Amino acid sequence: MSTATATSTSAPQRARRVTGLLALTAALVVLAALSVALGARAMSMGEVWAGLADTASDAYPVVTELRLPRTALGLAAGAALGLSGALMQAMTRNPLADPGLLGVNTGAAAAVVSAVHFLGLSTFGATLGFAWLGAAAAAVACYLIAGAAAATPARLALAGAAVTAAGLAYVSAIQILDTATLEQMRFWSVGSLVNAHNVPLGIVVGLIAAAAAAGVLLSRPLNALALGDASATGLGVDPRVLRIAGIAVITVLAGTATAACGPIVFVGLVVPHIVRAYTGPDQNWVLPYSALGGAAFMLAADVLGRVAARPAELQVGIVCAVVGGPFFLYLINRRKVARL
Amino acid sequence: MTVPLLAEQATIGYGRKAVCERLDVEVPEGEFTVIIGPNACGKSTLLKALARMLKPTDGHVLLDGEDIHSRPTRTVARRLGLLPQSPIAPDGITVADLVARGRYPHQGILRQWSAADERVVAEAMDATDVADLAARGVDELSGGQRQRVWIAMVLAQQTPLLLLDEPTTFLDITHQLEVMDLCGRLHREGRTLVAVLHDLNQAARYATHLIAMREGAIVAEGPPDEIVTADVVEKVFDLPCRIIDDPETATPLVIPRAGARTGR
Repeated sequence: MSTATATSTSAPQRARRVTGLLALTAALVVLAALSVALGARAMSMGEVWAGLADTASDAYPVVTELRLPRTALGLAAGAALGLSGALMQAMTRNPLADPGLLGVNTGAAAAVVSAVHFLGLSTFGATLGFAWLGAAAAAVACYLIAGAAAATPARLALAGAAVTAAGLAYVSAIQILDTATLEQMRFWSVGSLVNAHNVPLGIVVGLIAAAAAAGVLLSRPLNALALGDASATGLGVDPRVLRIAGIAVITVLAGTATAACGPIVFVGLVVPHIVRAYTGPDQNWVLPYSALGGAAFMLAADVLGRVAARPAELQVGIVCAVVGGPFFLYLINRRKVARL
Repeated sequence: MTVPLLAEQATIGYGRKAVCERLDVEVPEGEFTVIIGPNACGKSTLLKALARMLKPTDGHVLLDGEDIHSRPTRTVARRLGLLPQSPIAPDGITVADLVARGRYPHQGILRQWSAADERVVAEAMDATDVADLAARGVDELSGGQRQRVWIAMVLAQQTPLLLLDEPTTFLDITHQLEVMDLCGRLHREGRTLVAVLHDLNQAARYATHLIAMREGAIVAEGPPDEIVTADVVEKVFDLPCRIIDDPETATPLVIPRAGARTGR
């Protein structure tokens, strides 16, 4: 991977970034442990451990069939959303870009709901393709509505709000008309990890890992694009080709995450901003950090949702929105919105 | 005279609107070419076409005898560097990191950052006198410093050809001359430069080859002491003037006539 050796940065700076990466990985391990240990059903550490190791214990089915898949899905979907947010912000040089806010996740959700309602599809594999189509269509629609290459950050955010609102209205309409779909997708449509055990984890993790690898490879041309389309062209990057590649990667990342967990906003917005404040603007670092940070954010939000409303639970999409909303307001109220 | 870069019967514009039609332009090797002309005469448009940012709707731009759009854009980027009119510095980027981004066309997935890259970046910062600023944030710099940093970024690209789109436009007079002196030095060191400039007297002082444009067409081209005449200036800018010798450099100096524009 092109991370550690790709920049000219001084040794202490690099040491700081490597340390951060290690700290973030350690935090992920702790959060994953918490996600396995905490849940609607209170268990002692001993019981959890038995649930992992002892197939005969009461806790075994809960831990291995519910909590482990849920944790794995949270990690994968969080990484996908964090990375696709960072990619989107880099591609559009727009600090307000996020697959949730720009309608990509909602587009995927609308397509999935349509597939379930009109075509009676219910398997994950069948809806996944629709999720990708919906994600790509929403991304392109948003870009065109905002005025394509002339899109300013504000116009893009407004176009995204419009696409998101339309998509959500559509999802709600279908669910109101079709109670069977509603029942099936009630938690999913606000963004949730509760159905993790029904999702083919191998496929989801594999797709997200492959797309993430492709996304991280875009870091160098994205560093050139950060200097403006004209400079990027001068440096030998074709901005159009790069944006098409970026949209393809984002479609797979955000579409897959949405097909598995429903539309989740703000992860892709919040995480890259926090990451850049620590790493600086070099995409070689921003992208991998955002993937790990997204995974951590998602797991933390899910654990919080399970603990906050015990014995019921708050869906992870709701927690993300509650945390992310104020952050979004903070970003748009800052006098100078960070240029990328 | 070799001509590394030229436009051949090129029609260039935005969308369907042609700004220049069937233009023939040559960029002679080793010269400091400056394109001048009134606003909206097509001089920046021409530069953008030469830099492959705009594709001619008809005709060709040739680099080393080949259509510039038929070659991989990264290969072109090792021959030709571009400083656009308003490049963007990402928030929080340091001078050294920005200059290092000029190495992009020399890197690859397997070809990582090397000691040679490091050396080229250091040389580029020395050449533009920004080595002392290496660790500073680009957003803390003055306009003149920032422009020298951008030129360092393009120099780190190590291209024999440099294209600069109005490199002095947002600078005060001292910094304008600083940037022009730097360009003059880069030219004397053997690079071929093409710049779009607004100031006729600066163009006459620093250029070795002038291209004067009006309404998308070339009115005159050649060395400044042949081109900068009262007749040409009147034709290009509608400006009645006298031409005297610049007392500092003996290059042509345009003196607008007093009161000549009243009643026009």
